[in-house]
Amino acid sequence: MKVLVAVKRVVDYNVKVRPKSDGSGADLANVKMAINPFCEIAVEEAVRLKEKGVATEVIAVSVGDKSCQEQIRTALALGADRGIQVEAEGDLQPLAIAKLLKAVYDKEQPQLVILGKQSIDGDNNQTGQMLAALAGIGQGAFASELEFEGDSIKVTREVDTGLQTLEIKLPAVVTADLRLNEPRYASLPNIMKAKKKPLDVLNPADLGVETASKVKLVKVAPPAERQAGIIVETVEALVDKLKNEAKVI
Amino acid sequence: MSILVIAEHDNQSLNSATLNTVAAASQIGGDIALLVAGNNCAGAGEAAAAVAGVSKVLVADNAVYEHQLAENLGQLVAEIGKDYSHILSPATTTGKNFMPRTAALLDVDQLSEIISVESEDTFTRPVYAGNVIATVQSADAIKVITVRGTAFDPVAAEGGSAAVESVDIVCDAGLSSFVSEESVKSDRPDLTAASIVISGGRGMQNGENFEMLYQLADKLGAAVGASRAAVDAGFVPNEMQVGQTGKIVAPDLYVAIGISGAIQHLAGMKDSKVIVAINKDEDAPIFQVADYGLVADLFDAVPQLIEQI
Ligand SMILES: Cc1cc2nc3c(=O)[nH]c(=O)nc-3n(C[C@H](O)[C@H](O)[C@H](O)COP(=O)(O)OP(=O)(O)OC[C@H]3O[C@@H](n4cnc5c(N)ncnc54)[C@H](O)[C@@H]3O)c2cc1C
Ligand SMILES: Nc1ncnc2c1ncn2[C@@H]1O[C@H](COP(=O)(O)O)[C@@H](O)[C@H]1O
Repeated sequence: MKVLVAVKRVVDYNVKVRPKSDGSGADLANVKMAINPFCEIAVEEAVRLKEKGVATEVIAVSVGDKSCQEQIRTALALGADRGIQVEAEGDLQPLAIAKLLKAVYDKEQPQLVILGKQSIDGDNNQTGQMLAALAGIGQGAFASELEFEGDSIKVTREVDTGLQTLEIKLPAVVTADLRLNEPRYASLPNIMKAKKKPLDVLNPADLGVETASKVKLVKVAPPAERQAGIIVETVEALVDKLKNEAKVI
Repeated sequence: MSILVIAEHDNQSLNSATLNTVAAASQIGGDIALLVAGNNCAGAGEAAAAVAGVSKVLVADNAVYEHQLAENLGQLVAEIGKDYSHILSPATTTGKNFMPRTAALLDVDQLSEIISVESEDTFTRPVYAGNVIATVQSADAIKVITVRGTAFDPVAAEGGSAAVESVDIVCDAGLSSFVSEESVKSDRPDLTAASIVISGGRGMQNGENFEMLYQLADKLGAAVGASRAAVDAGFVPNEMQVGQTGKIVAPDLYVAIGISGAIQHLAGMKDSKVIVAINKDEDAPIFQVADYGLVADLFDAVPQLIEQI
């Protein structure tokens, strides 16, 4: 079974991003970039499937400019077999990404596509579900556990009310939630090996995909700031403040 | 303008997030239709008809919609929704699951988790864990939008008298089926709708110690939440996680106990009206957003709180 994993290059999760002062976008000058944490979990899951003998080949795909090859290399260092970069400049909307991934899906014909549930920059939580719809296949979104059974997969999902388990026919799309697994660290020898693994570059025109979008970013702004608070010395003082000043209890 | 709102419900009654979503629809303006798709969901259909500001209720009552499977629901909403200018659903795990499918089938973009309506085509939404608020404008013929409930005051659940129509479109993709569900039943209020939330983090040390927080919550009529670290460590179940990738809450009072205040946690609670932090580390970032901070060992402070409240 071939497994396709989608990885996105995003700002490192420790960075507190601020808007540019002219409001034209987020200020990403000189910030540390990394593989989206949910994509890292997706890669780890695919690699574990390979180690268990369920998957035969793991292909990591990323849509972006040349710099996203760095995150593809990270996926290769974690154990993916080969990489595909789909060249794209600027920020694409999830629908455009999903269309490009669908073209790669058609080309590679994997039985399983694993994505992250959400990119931590755009916080969209859309791409996997869109890809599944475009491909006309089932989806297990926000997965915390996978179990293969013949030509279907049992997916346990993290939902607002708890955990839900679905059975989904293969091929299928799965999006990884936080507790699907704990990703490993890439070892130095594996990082060296990853440099030699194949990495193909495709472009949207080769794939016949139109990526224009009707959504426009008008401006960005910082969130409303909170007033500075105070430190209280005792539990008694806290209870007093909550009752008599804030009047919330 | 005509707006289709997808109700979230348990077949008998509406989930309160539906009322927040109708509120967002009212701000866009125009006729609002509420779709209730479920199985034996006449009860939820009646509740939908009573919601203030709704002009029509569509009920799709069929076994294929029982578990809100994304493949079936996504297609149904796309078929019904193609005649509307806007399709809105709550940004719950159900909405987040099927709405992107609907958008893809309609070949339009989706705007996720809007927090304000600027005009019929312009909305704001948080990005980068809420550290940046983006204003986005969509020229798509149909605007597919999920709505962050805490950003919109709910409309009244009573007072409306919408006409109820049944829909006989059956979308059965046959791609997925329901196996089982596991949820912890609790008499405490729903996390996202509670007016007081008490949350515990890694500092709680284990699941048993959360008993203290349940006691405190029961005295206050509060809901109990948690940080990711507390969920990952197995202290409490996943549905209690508050944050960028968990639940978003904005109660009148949020009490963070043994939580450091990582960006991802703040993203889920920093719009609370009053924030209290109890942490033994005076440099914990949670104090930067707290209205009232108490630097103390939680194992001393929480029992005292229970006693004094
Ligand atoms: C992709 C991604 C998504 C994430 N999503 C979320 C999310 O949705 N929600 C979320 O919460 N996190 C999320 N996180 C995790 C986040 O980055 C933090 O790791 C997490 O919030 C830390 O939880 P914590 O504050 O409980 O633990 P810690 O950071 O370990 O803090 C524990 C705190 O307890 C205090 N403490 C310890 N003992 C005591 C005591 N006896 N008395 C008083 N205080 C004590 C300590 O001083 C410390 O400040 C996410 C991370 C990533 C990468
Ligand atoms: N540019 C991209 N390249 C590859 N995969 C992506 C890209 N954008 C999003 N994805 C995938 O889609 C998931 C969800 O992203 P989003 O819908 O933007 O929240 C990510 O975790 C990735 O797996």
